[in-house]
Parts: sequence; C-alpha cells; structure tokens
Amino acid sequence: MEAVSNLQKVLEEGKFAVTAEIGPPKHANAEVIKKHAAVLKGHVEAANLTDNQTAIVRMSSIAAGAICVQSGIEPVIQMVCRDRNRIAMQSDLLGAYALGCRNLLCLSGDHQKFGNHPTSKNVFDIDSIQLLHMMKTMSVEKKFQCGDEIKSDFNMFIGAAANPFGDPFEFRVARLKKKVDAGAQFIQTQCIFDVERFKKWMDGVVAEGLHKRVHILAGLTPMKSDKGFKYIKKYVAGMSVPDELIKRMEQAEDKKEEGIKICVDAINEVKKIKGVHGVHIMAIWWESIVPRIIQETGLKERPDYI
Amino acid sequence: MIVGEQKPIEEILLMIEQYKKIMVVGCGTCVAICYAGGEKEVGVLSSMIRLARNQTDSKIEVVERTVLRQCEEEYVKEIENDLDGIEAVVSIACGAGIQLTAEIYEDIPTYPGLNTTFIGYVKEQGVWAENCGSCGNCVLGFTAGICPVARCSKSIFNGPCGGSQDGVCEIGKDVPCAWQLIYDRLKKQGRLENIEKLSPYKDWTTNRDGGPRKIEREDMKK
Repeated sequence: MEAVSNLQKVLEEGKFAVTAEIGPPKHANAEVIKKHAAVLKGHVEAANLTDNQTAIVRMSSIAAGAICVQSGIEPVIQMVCRDRNRIAMQSDLLGAYALGCRNLLCLSGDHQKFGNHPTSKNVFDIDSIQLLHMMKTMSVEKKFQCGDEIKSDFNMFIGAAANPFGDPFEFRVARLKKKVDAGAQFIQTQCIFDVERFKKWMDGVVAEGLHKRVHILAGLTPMKSDKGFKYIKKYVAGMSVPDELIKRMEQAEDKKEEGIKICVDAINEVKKIKGVHGVHIMAIWWESIVPRIIQETGLKERPDYI
Repeated sequence: MIVGEQKPIEEILLMIEQYKKIMVVGCGTCVAICYAGGEKEVGVLSSMIRLARNQTDSKIEVVERTVLRQCEEEYVKEIENDLDGIEAVVSIACGAGIQLTAEIYEDIPTYPGLNTTFIGYVKEQGVWAENCGSCGNCVLGFTAGICPVARCSKSIFNGPCGGSQDGVCEIGKDVPCAWQLIYDRLKKQGRLENIEKLSPYKDWTTNRDGGPRKIEREDMKK
C-alpha cells in the first residue's frame, strides 16, 4: 500500500517518527501558524493542529493545517466529536483533503464545561471510535458513512489518541484494540509523565500484538515549572504525575532547563520500549523548544519532507 | 419519574407582575413525588406570591389547585369551573402538564413555575439523579443497565474516553464516569465482551433529532 503522507511513509519504512503540535491562535492571523511551521520544519515528520482544545475557540484546525501545507510542513489535522455531527465532519474532511491535508487524528474532545463557551450545546453524534470507522470507510471503501460513493480520491492516514493513564486501566488496551479494529493506523498517546505506567500499558499492547498492527507514538510534554506539574496533577483529568517528578522540578534551580531535561530523559526512555515507533512532542506555547529537544535526544537526522 | 425544580420566586413574580388574580396549579404525580410541584408546593408558592405582592401596592389573589395528573385532559378539565376571573395560570407541573393546561385553556396565558429537568430517580434523601435520555432506542441490556446517553457527559457508545480517572468524569469529581460503572458491572456479570467490539453509529432518528416524536397505536384508537 502506497503511503499517503510523509508520516505514514516514515512509519511504514520502520523509521522512528517525530511529530509536534501547533496550537492554532485565538484570532485570525495566519502569521502565528507560519512562524511555528518555520520553527518545526525539517525537525519533525508532521505537526498536529489542535481542534479547539480545551473547548476554547481558536482558528480551525483544517484552516491552520492548510497554512502548514503552504508553509511546507505536513499537518496532522485533529478532529473532535464535540462540535460537529457526521454531516459536518465528512464535509470538513473532504475540504481538508482538497486542501492537501493527509493525516487525521480522531478524538472525543474535551467537554465544553471548562472552555470559553460553557453554555454551548455539544454534539457527540458519533464518538471517536466511530469517527475512526467513518474515516476508514471513506479512505478505504471511498464511501460516506451513509454508503454513498465519494466520487474522487480520498485517502488519509488515520490516527487516534490513547490514554494509558485513564481508568479503568485494565480496559485501556482493550479500548486501543477497538480503535485499531475500527481503523486507526497510528496512535499518539496522552502526555507521559509516569513512564512506569506507560511501560505497563505497552506490555499489554505488545502482549495483544497491537504494536504490529498500529504505529504508537509516545506523547511527551516539556514543562516549565513545578507549578505546571502540580496544576496538571490536581486539575487535569486522565493524567498521572509522579511525586518524584514534582520534587525533581522543585529542587531544580533553573526550572525551564530541568523541564527540558525531564522531557529528554523521558524520550530516551520511551524510545527503548518495545512497540514505540515514534514520539509526539506536545509543547504548546513552547513550540520553539522542540528542535532543541529533538537534537538532545539524538533524533536530529530526520528523513526528508516528501 | 420526571424530575423538576421550582423556578426562582423572583422569576415567577416577574412573569405575573401585571396580573391581579391568578391560579397556581400543581400536579399530583411525578413532580409531587420529587417535592417540586405537588399540593404542598402549590400552597407554599401561593403564599410566597401573596406575601411578596402584599409588600407592594399591587395585591394579588391566588387560587390554589392541584390535579392528579396534569398530563391528562380529564384531570386538567377539573379546574374548568374555577377559572372565573383568572387572568393567568402558573403551572408547576412538568413541561407536558404545563403545555396541556395551556392548550386546554387557550384564552388564559399559562406560565411555567417549574423547570422540568430530567427523567431520573432518588439517589438518596434529597438527591435526584438523571438516568434516562429518552432516546427512543434502549441499549441498557448491552450496557449493564447504565445509560450512556444520559449518564455519560459526552453520550458516547464506545467509552470510557480519556477523561475518566478514579471512577469520575472529567467534568467534575462529583460526576461518576458512566463507562467505569458499565465496565465494573459487566465485569462482575462476566459480560465484558459486550463492550470489546465496536458499538455501531447510533441512529438518532428515534431521539428528538428525528423531529417531534409521537406514538400511534391502532389497537388503542377509538
């Protein structure tokens, strides 16, 4: 099967992939995206464009992705089920493809309660696993969810998220299998701070043979302070932050430097885990640090952009 | 049952400020059981209205009535003879009761004194919780008797999402994760295979999304 994207090509050649994340701005100026794209170009296979993350209105992930295409960096479009029904989703997917976007990450989406429009209605016509299935139907069978034919090319590399830190832990591998069965070709995980729990989850993934059916990219985030860690531990659902990490950060004189070291150490550790085919560096508001992290982990030599 | 909650008195007073004689009508069924719209609540609300208006220059006469079921015509008709001079009705039945009263007495403005909140049951003394999304196509057999439509914040069918931690939902520590509950109960019953395969796209036509719903039964029609 011919690769439809740079990211797919790299992963299917068995090379270690690196992806990063760009948070679209809360305004309509394309320059921010272009700036981040320029920083990341040549360092990563592709960059994710978040879809109104934490339910705060931002530039559309597809529009931001199209700007990335123009800027010479491959986008991974994130799409959540919170804001659109299957009609709008498929329509947007056609548009994304027409604009040159070739990777899609299917997500449930954070509940709007904590966003900047908490009084809005949510949609959830379909869930993230059904979205994967719909993507597969569109990409492989060239059909819409209703069965109608898509009368043009349409083929995207299909991704999903996985959270090894969500509960019930013992169901997390089974849920990953559901995602793979539904159509996921690559996985980007939730931020890994608790490497031990991630290893335990990966053991389960390997035991099920899922690492042979899907490319797993371990998600990592560089933190700037112990306050950040504490905030996540206390307020962000589905995250695990070990106390020793908080202590390490508290004791550090230069917290930013320590944050980079923690991230680099974690990347070096997850690289060795069987079944991990790449890393996904989520440095939102700190995109400029990504090239340095990549360099320090020895992942500098990236395959060429297609 | 249908669970409701009385509107704030300030809101009710504002709706009826131009009237001098009104009727407060309660319902003796669901909303009476949840202590929001029964005979007792009709009495309390009426007194509050009188008291508030007594403190102004504009006194009000409030007639109190409660019918057994405000969602059935024959019971709503019971108040017909008491409506002389009534300028407005405040109904503290559920939305169905309020609408039937408004429909039967079309010439009299009817105002809601109650917010219909959900279909649910008593969790503990003084606590009611939503359980049923009335989606029109029940999946409880598959989800171990726990409704993903009403009890999952995202109404997803292939949960739990990544926001489930320590048994609670990402929207708040006081909200149990429906999918953790589904998982636990299915595991206990040895039926985890139910949620190990893809749950297909939901057909929402039986929900409100298919337009206003109605049931017609030929065997019951006259």
